[in-house]
Amino acid sequence: MKKWNLIVDVPKCSNCNNCTMAVKDEYIGNEFIGYSAPQPENGHDWITIDRHIRGNDSMVDVNYVPRTCNHCDNAPCVAAGQGAVTKRQDGIVMIDPVKAKGRKDLVGSCPYGAIWWNGALELPQQWTFDAHLLDAGWPQPRCAQACPSGAMRAIKVGDKEMAALVKEENIQVLKPELNTHPRVYYRGLEKVTHNFLGGNVAMQRPEGGVDNVEGAVVELTLDGTRAPLRARTDAYGDFKFDGLKGIGETYSIRIDYAQGRVIERSGVLKGSQYLGTIEVEA
Amino acid sequence: MKKLLFASILKGLPLVIGIAARKHKTVREKLKGKNLTVQIGLRDGSIVRHFVFRGEKVQGRPGPASQPDAVMTFKDVSIALDFLKPNPDQLVIIDAMKNFKVTAAGRDEYLVWFGSLMNTIQTAGWEFGVRMRDGSTRYTNLTNGGPIFVYVKNGKILRTTPIDFDETDAASWTIQARGKTLSPQRRATVSVHALAMKSQVYSDKRLLYPMKRVDFDPKGERNPQNRGKSGYVRISWDDALDIVSNEITRMKREHGPGAIGMFTPAHHQWGNVGYWLSSLMRFANIIGTTRVAFSPISWEGWYWGAQHHYGNNMRVGVPGFYGTVEDCLKEAEMVVFWSSDPESTSGVYGGGEATQRRMWAKDLGIEFVHIDPHLNATAQLFGGKWFPIKAGTDAAMAIAIMYQWIVENLYDKDYVAKNSTGFDEWSDYLMGVSDGVPKTPEWQEMETGIPAKDVRSLARVWGNRKTYLAAGGMGSGLGGACRSATGSQWARCMVQMMAMQGWGKPGINFGNLSAGTPMDLNFYFPGYADGGISGDVINTGAAAHNYQRMPHTLTLNPNKQVIPRQHWPEGIINGHCSGHLWDSFSLEGQFPKIEYPLAGHSRIHMIYRYGASSFGTSPQAGRMIEAYRHNSIEFVVNQSIWMENEVQFADVILPACTALERNDIAESANCTGFFAHAQNQLNHRVILMQHKCIEPLGESKSDYQIFADILSRLGAGAMYTEGGNTELTWAKRVFDSSDLPKKISWKAFIRKGYYVLAPDPDTMKTPTEMRWFAEGRVKDTPEQNPLPGQYAGEMGKGLGTQSSKFEFVPNTLRKIEKDDPDRPAVNRYIPSWEGSHTTELFSKYPLQLITSHPPFSFHTFNDGKSSQINTIKDHRIEVDGYQYWVLRMSNDEAAKRGLVQHDLVKVYNDRAAVICAVDIAPLMGPGQVKAWESCAQLDLMETPEGLVERAGCMNMLTPTRMISKTSDGIAPNSCLVEVTKWDRMVKEAV
Repeated sequence: MKKWNLIVDVPKCSNCNNCTMAVKDEYIGNEFIGYSAPQPENGHDWITIDRHIRGNDSMVDVNYVPRTCNHCDNAPCVAAGQGAVTKRQDGIVMIDPVKAKGRKDLVGSCPYGAIWWNGALELPQQWTFDAHLLDAGWPQPRCAQACPSGAMRAIKVGDKEMAALVKEENIQVLKPELNTHPRVYYRGLEKVTHNFLGGNVAMQRPEGGVDNVEGAVVELTLDGTRAPLRARTDAYGDFKFDGLKGIGETYSIRIDYAQGRVIERSGVLKGSQYLGTIEVEA
Repeated sequence: MKKLLFASILKGLPLVIGIAARKHKTVREKLKGKNLTVQIGLRDGSIVRHFVFRGEKVQGRPGPASQPDAVMTFKDVSIALDFLKPNPDQLVIIDAMKNFKVTAAGRDEYLVWFGSLMNTIQTAGWEFGVRMRDGSTRYTNLTNGGPIFVYVKNGKILRTTPIDFDETDAASWTIQARGKTLSPQRRATVSVHALAMKSQVYSDKRLLYPMKRVDFDPKGERNPQNRGKSGYVRISWDDALDIVSNEITRMKREHGPGAIGMFTPAHHQWGNVGYWLSSLMRFANIIGTTRVAFSPISWEGWYWGAQHHYGNNMRVGVPGFYGTVEDCLKEAEMVVFWSSDPESTSGVYGGGEATQRRMWAKDLGIEFVHIDPHLNATAQLFGGKWFPIKAGTDAAMAIAIMYQWIVENLYDKDYVAKNSTGFDEWSDYLMGVSDGVPKTPEWQEMETGIPAKDVRSLARVWGNRKTYLAAGGMGSGLGGACRSATGSQWARCMVQMMAMQGWGKPGINFGNLSAGTPMDLNFYFPGYADGGISGDVINTGAAAHNYQRMPHTLTLNPNKQVIPRQHWPEGIINGHCSGHLWDSFSLEGQFPKIEYPLAGHSRIHMIYRYGASSFGTSPQAGRMIEAYRHNSIEFVVNQSIWMENEVQFADVILPACTALERNDIAESANCTGFFAHAQNQLNHRVILMQHKCIEPLGESKSDYQIFADILSRLGAGAMYTEGGNTELTWAKRVFDSSDLPKKISWKAFIRKGYYVLAPDPDTMKTPTEMRWFAEGRVKDTPEQNPLPGQYAGEMGKGLGTQSSKFEFVPNTLRKIEKDDPDRPAVNRYIPSWEGSHTTELFSKYPLQLITSHPPFSFHTFNDGKSSQINTIKDHRIEVDGYQYWVLRMSNDEAAKRGLVQHDLVKVYNDRAAVICAVDIAPLMGPGQVKAWESCAQLDLMETPEGLVERAGCMNMLTPTRMISKTSDGIAPNSCLVEVTKWDRMVKEAV
């Protein structure tokens, strides 16, 4: 049995909001009998985009992570629903707009905060993967169809094939530790889950002022035990070590800026950080 | 024989009408309630019949009527037959009308009605849209954010989506670059506001019937002082049209020509028929108005500054982009984004089309650099070295880079020697020979906040790599740093830098991949500024193509008075103002001063306002309140779709409908007439039928219909509609005027709704912008309308400057610098007249406010008015149930002011105070705050701290001072403010 999965490519998300708007356009004011009741005009974000910022000063990066119903295979809402929430054979989780009436408790059942309470209709609601459109032959849900940068795509494949894809593309789910087995996957989440440590190397000029040092060799050691990571400063004298975990660990940096002339810095990793300019003598 | 034919056509006419009425509801509706007599015949009286319309029926009777309501008389039978045949030759029809070969008499509205009845009968059988399996119909339309499918069921819009191409649509182009074959996605992408159209059509702010201000009495007290304060009462269309048409007549009689000011919007809705440069211009010319003179808004520094160096040829001051996508992807090693955020501004009408191209560039290893006070959306998406410059100091950094290029020999000496003049004088300024101040990277550091070492690094990287310079949103022009006190200096620096690096050589050009795809640009389809149905060959682009290709009658505004757009409130309040014109025909056209009022002309006493955006888009917007309430303004009519912004200052409101409720036809992103080939920012040329997807809501009407109705009361409806054309028949005429009929039939086009034009074959090379110049060849890139007079030598040989070369010190500016010392021939850094050098002001207001073009709305379009766009967190932030405008600020500046995330703040200076919600993030440089411009709402509120605006009209805060004395460009990005926490509960309690 082939099932639906959504893959979000985080580095390609520009926060354009076409996905969030397409969902609002689809559901506000529209009832799809057997699938979903209308979304209220205000207060619901069935897809919502989170902003993640790392760094400071001139070394900052930003990533956007669209979040929605994960259509979990081991969905707490299905368990809590007692028939009001069902898992379709194609993997889509549906909250029954009739049976779920009054079930405000279902909102709290979702550990991802993806179920919204429609007060006027007394209904818990979530993004249905646009099941009504997929059933009518649409090749993609609207969020993916509206995405101009290719950051979202839905694929319908067997579980085995998907498992292989997860491995091959190194994609992840949100909060895997909950064992809910989401069907929404993310690529490039490291920029959100991991930290960077960066800095700049500059050298005094004989005629006064400083110049950035290009090509300095920078070594980073974390907790003094693991093998050092190595980087080179770029044309702007900047270096950056990305993909770091270990907040609270001690770091030490060794900068070889002129064939054997070395300067060192150390500190505690507090999250992503730009250390600013490390000025060395000529 | 011909006479017999004509006589039998007339005899058969009632039968034709009857059959059509039985078959088509539209025809029956047209006939409903019409009781009148129409007479048709020949001038010599040899054949005459009249037709009596009563109770949806029509009877033909021989001979003239005793009291006909409308009479059509043909000079002879040949002309009559030319007129009456199906698909008549428009040129013959126009000729017959212009030369009085056909004449009309009787009541204008009946003539218009009869003409439109005939047109409706002709078009009633046409089928629009594609029927879907679920019983809905899929229509098409076009927005400022791109083309959309509109699904309609039971007369209600179900959804709007981007258009995915199908297998019958033309193939896409491919580019070979660095071993990769690149081809764009098979669809037309959109900006997010295009997907919020449904929420805008059904907005609770829609104006659904005509209204009159409660204390406005056209025959008694008008109470102009209450504009913007008092409420409205519903009136009938008849009453509304009577008031407006009577006021038009009264103005002309009591004050004379010029008393009616026609206030047009910059961006309304899309179309060739319903656009303001079409329907509205035709209307305005027919009644005779004082025109509001447009000014180059968004590309100020390019028009008033940069173009003098390189001789712009009808490109509004902005460098071209032809062929640059392929060249950049193949050749460039780096793109410098300087005040350029195409991910936010979508080029201008480009939806998400260019994002994929920038991703290719990234994948191909092309490095990106960003110079901007804000780590903007483009920098966020693609990364690259960020230079968080202080707004308005960009010219200093550019000058220091050029200094470093000379010091380190990192510029193209050969190119400069062969292709430019004045470099020695320019070099003397850079090196400090002429003023004793070498423009070193250290010199710029104090101004820009960018460390000298970083500027030296950038100068070296840039000087050693083939670099594309993305200056402004589109990659060349539009938005950002050019809209400031130093905007001309900066834009001039940008072209000077390119000239020093060999502008036009492979990999060296302007652009950020937002424009310049390899598409077929020889295929003709008109753009929204090509004049449409206006018949205006002076103030639109009609003269170049449209007026020849679509035969229609000329319209000419008899009144020569204009009021400069940026100075109109002063013009009203003080009775006079002056400014400088936008003229794209020559470099010198911008120098003459224009005065309002024009000698011997009446001042403006009536404002006819179309749409509503002024408070969101004009600097120091608060001055318009006084102008609107001024005693000299006897009447204000606003024709608008929504109750928003300045609509609340009108005496009478005429409700218009959206583009989804009327017929039109247009090409995506094509604004030719303004500047050529803007559709070149798309991956595919897409031409669309803008279907009337649903009936106009409430009593709203299309703009065209409103204008036609007013003019019918003034005896000019037949002239306006050219004998009863509907928007549909106009759309067909636009179609026929283009190259489109060679590709697709009208019937197939209106059913499917769109046509994708195939690109030229890959073997046909697209010429690259300025390559011809770099290689000393004759110009091979297109011009909008070639004017040999723009060239000093032979046309196409060299640039349109006096020397035909790139002029580092422009001849044109040399002639005016005495009168305008802030626009010197030798470009130089002159600190902003509102910035860190204006010490007294700076000590009170230490934050520099930048107001950028908004990413989520198109100017005021789709902001406010219950648009779903308001729910986007980067657009508005909801606090206590109110959706506030967002002010972006660094963590340090917020901490200094004791602010936390999403606090409400008062942003203020001596001009105004605006309430915003603050977004605190390390994305803004020190001392810089940023908000979008173009708020659509105006929500003024008296508080213990004085008048505040809380909807987000940031332009209440921006200065009216122009870039320089004779550079009539606004400078909203030179604006100092202070920000403090705003406690709603305390301060809004009055």
